[in-house]
Amino acid sequence: MGKGAILRRFLLVPPTLFGVAVVVFVLLRVVPGDPIAMMIPPGASQADVDRLRALYGLDLPIFEQFIVWLKAVAVGDFGTSISRRQEVIVLILNRLPATLELVLVATLIAVALGAGMALIGAYFRRRAPEWGIDGAVAILLAIPDFLWGLLFILAFGVLWPVLPISGRIDPRLGAQFATGFYLVESILTGNWSVAGNLLRHAILPAVALALPLAAILTRVFKASLGEAELQDYAQIARSRGFTRGRVLLREALPNAAIATVNLAGVQLTFLIGGTVLVERIFSYEGIGNMAVDAMINRDLPLIQGLVLTFAVLFIALNLAVDLLTTWLDPRIQHG
Amino acid sequence: MNPARFSRRSVLGLMGGAAALPLLRTPFVGSALAQASTLTIAYNVNLPTFDGTVGASAVNPTIQSFYQAIFDPYIAQNADLSFKPGLLTKWGWNEDRTKVEMEVREGATWHNGDPVTAEDIVWSLERAGKPETGNPIQFVWSKCGNYRIDGNRITGDVLEFEPTFFKWMAFLTGYVLPKKYYESVGAAGFEAKPVGSGPYMVDEFQQDAFLRLKANPNYWGGKPAFETVVFKFIPDPTSRVAEVESGSSDIALEMSYEEFDRLKAKGFTGYATPISDIAMIFINDVGPMLDKNVRLAANYSIDKKAIVDRLLRGYGVPIDTLEAPGYAAYDPSIKIPYDPELAKKLLADSGYSPENPVRFTIQTTRGFKPKDYEMIQAIVGMWRNVGIDATIEVYEIAKHYELRAADTLAPAAFYNWGNSIGDPSTSTGFAMFGPSPHSVWDGKEVFDLIAPLWGEKDEEKRIAGYRKAAKFIAEEGAVIPLLQYVQPIVARPGISLVPQASGMLLPQTVKPV
Repeated sequence: MGKGAILRRFLLVPPTLFGVAVVVFVLLRVVPGDPIAMMIPPGASQADVDRLRALYGLDLPIFEQFIVWLKAVAVGDFGTSISRRQEVIVLILNRLPATLELVLVATLIAVALGAGMALIGAYFRRRAPEWGIDGAVAILLAIPDFLWGLLFILAFGVLWPVLPISGRIDPRLGAQFATGFYLVESILTGNWSVAGNLLRHAILPAVALALPLAAILTRVFKASLGEAELQDYAQIARSRGFTRGRVLLREALPNAAIATVNLAGVQLTFLIGGTVLVERIFSYEGIGNMAVDAMINRDLPLIQGLVLTFAVLFIALNLAVDLLTTWLDPRIQHG
Repeated sequence: MNPARFSRRSVLGLMGGAAALPLLRTPFVGSALAQASTLTIAYNVNLPTFDGTVGASAVNPTIQSFYQAIFDPYIAQNADLSFKPGLLTKWGWNEDRTKVEMEVREGATWHNGDPVTAEDIVWSLERAGKPETGNPIQFVWSKCGNYRIDGNRITGDVLEFEPTFFKWMAFLTGYVLPKKYYESVGAAGFEAKPVGSGPYMVDEFQQDAFLRLKANPNYWGGKPAFETVVFKFIPDPTSRVAEVESGSSDIALEMSYEEFDRLKAKGFTGYATPISDIAMIFINDVGPMLDKNVRLAANYSIDKKAIVDRLLRGYGVPIDTLEAPGYAAYDPSIKIPYDPELAKKLLADSGYSPENPVRFTIQTTRGFKPKDYEMIQAIVGMWRNVGIDATIEVYEIAKHYELRAADTLAPAAFYNWGNSIGDPSTSTGFAMFGPSPHSVWDGKEVFDLIAPLWGEKDEEKRIAGYRKAAKFIAEEGAVIPLLQYVQPIVARPGISLVPQASGMLLPQTVKPV
């Protein structure tokens, strides 16, 4: 991808976000559920209902509501959450680091697991370990992330309670942080006991999120490794007396990785989407968990803010993958 | 290179090792059990905001447990919904109901050490009564004003008589806030560092994660038994069960009755208490529901006991009016019999039969309350036997509120109705009084029975009036009361708690045994 193509991708970001904003805004007002009807107390009169509707700007026509909201969003004001009475942008920024850290840990697990299984499978081609890995991949793909979460809670929370099954950190620790990136911060400051506690809390939800991605990575990476092993450069290396393991690691792996990175980027968006249910199940304090509450409470400003945040994450991720692929594969740059 | 090969022996060895893993049962490091002075509660909802007197969340009954731990209500409630002194030790009206009189507890202090004063009470009441503060129960608090303070005594003028004024002082938005502190730090400062006068003080709060409280050593009601209380916000019921089962939490509430029974069988202490929350079916007086015979037949053909026994494993109390046992206007003489033959006869009088059934839609949530959809399925089956063919429409609870406020619910609509002050105005009143945004019944007779009761100054006459209205509603079949819910709470062995009919879980009632 040349500089022009990269510039085009950047220029497409604002209209993409605008499209997302329009769809979300209209959809939320079309689907059943009036947030004002949910909050009126017993004994409220029609005047009370009208007052509340006006307070949240829901008395205006949808188009006017959208213009008001869009103008505010343009200057970074996402409005005030109906259910939490706090600024949406503050709520999201407070919770986003938790989700990003969870996604990071999950991605590392998926990559390590996926690459490891792919290499073993490729090395033991047409033998029992490969068949075992193929079978495991099929199982990992068949079971969705939230179901893995429930299974882990049963296994590691009840049957063999070795890991915490809820939250992001032990409430009794009383650890203080300067940023929302608790794990990164505690590692950088060398606070290993807190980092360990955070990792222990993240491990089950992260593995639940990682397993489906690891399975896809295994399948694609193993196939790519197989193809790369058949290429001339790999065959020449073998004929020069290099061991199969060395050829696999030194010759086939870098080339096979390019195709895998591209696919992993796309699949990573599914992993981020999966945080909504997985965070809920593990009571993890990220934006996914908050999104469920926002939907239940019909907290329109918060839902709109969260959907836009997810959209920005997806766009940024795709852009990063494109740039990474370009950097890894010179052919794309020159193409 | 000679790649490693799996032998039958090594595979069997690995399988054996894996099978033995569960037997290791390594105790969870930092378990709640390991710290006797800490009580950990797996709670089903998140705390949205600390100010329980304003905003939409202030009328959410399930979060009142947090507020009741940190703040004091004006008037407290016993476990059975009866009232007892809180920060007010005396309260009442004068003879002609034109003034309210209150006496403030002496010796109570805020968490920052300041004394709780009559000024705090008056400021809290006046703030709650102002529309601009956003108190959802403002329509009650604004009924009194012009408060005057004399030492620890407060007198106020009744601007418009509201019989439930003092009852609301024990429930939604009925909390006293510290005037001096709130005014010095503002709303945002209060949210960041809340100060109450309740048995527990806020130690740390992580939204969507946990709330950690420390015992208030100076609490006027005595220091609570546990030094530290941690509320973990765990909305998923499976995770809550796992929390208590693994020892990560000491108490969990609101799980399926199947899980409740299973945990009890494993040695956990189970509390199953009827609470002030009922299941009911709204009847909208439109279409076929304008026919009294159809409404009564819909009532008489439901075997509520069978529903409780078979679907809820016996955890529920069948009811015949919207006034559950324990409510002020409960009348045990009002009965709606299970009589399918009578239902058939009534329908036949209106020209309906199992072969020629009356048809309408019944709306219900699915999963919002325990077995809600299954209950409606069972009811539709019972109805079919007598000549009612109801089509089930599943909707979300948000849609229910919207339709109810617009008086456009289907002829029958399942809902649950809470009433933690136990006053009939909050159940029969708001649910059946036509002009209320919560009612879909427009019948004039019910309107005429309830309308004079809103401002009735004679309490006995008011309660009697609601009993009369409830009886008429039962005779008309204007609503289908189903059952009073039972709240399941599970606690680890070694602790006891006092379950509340209000449905709250109060950490100050939990004690080691």
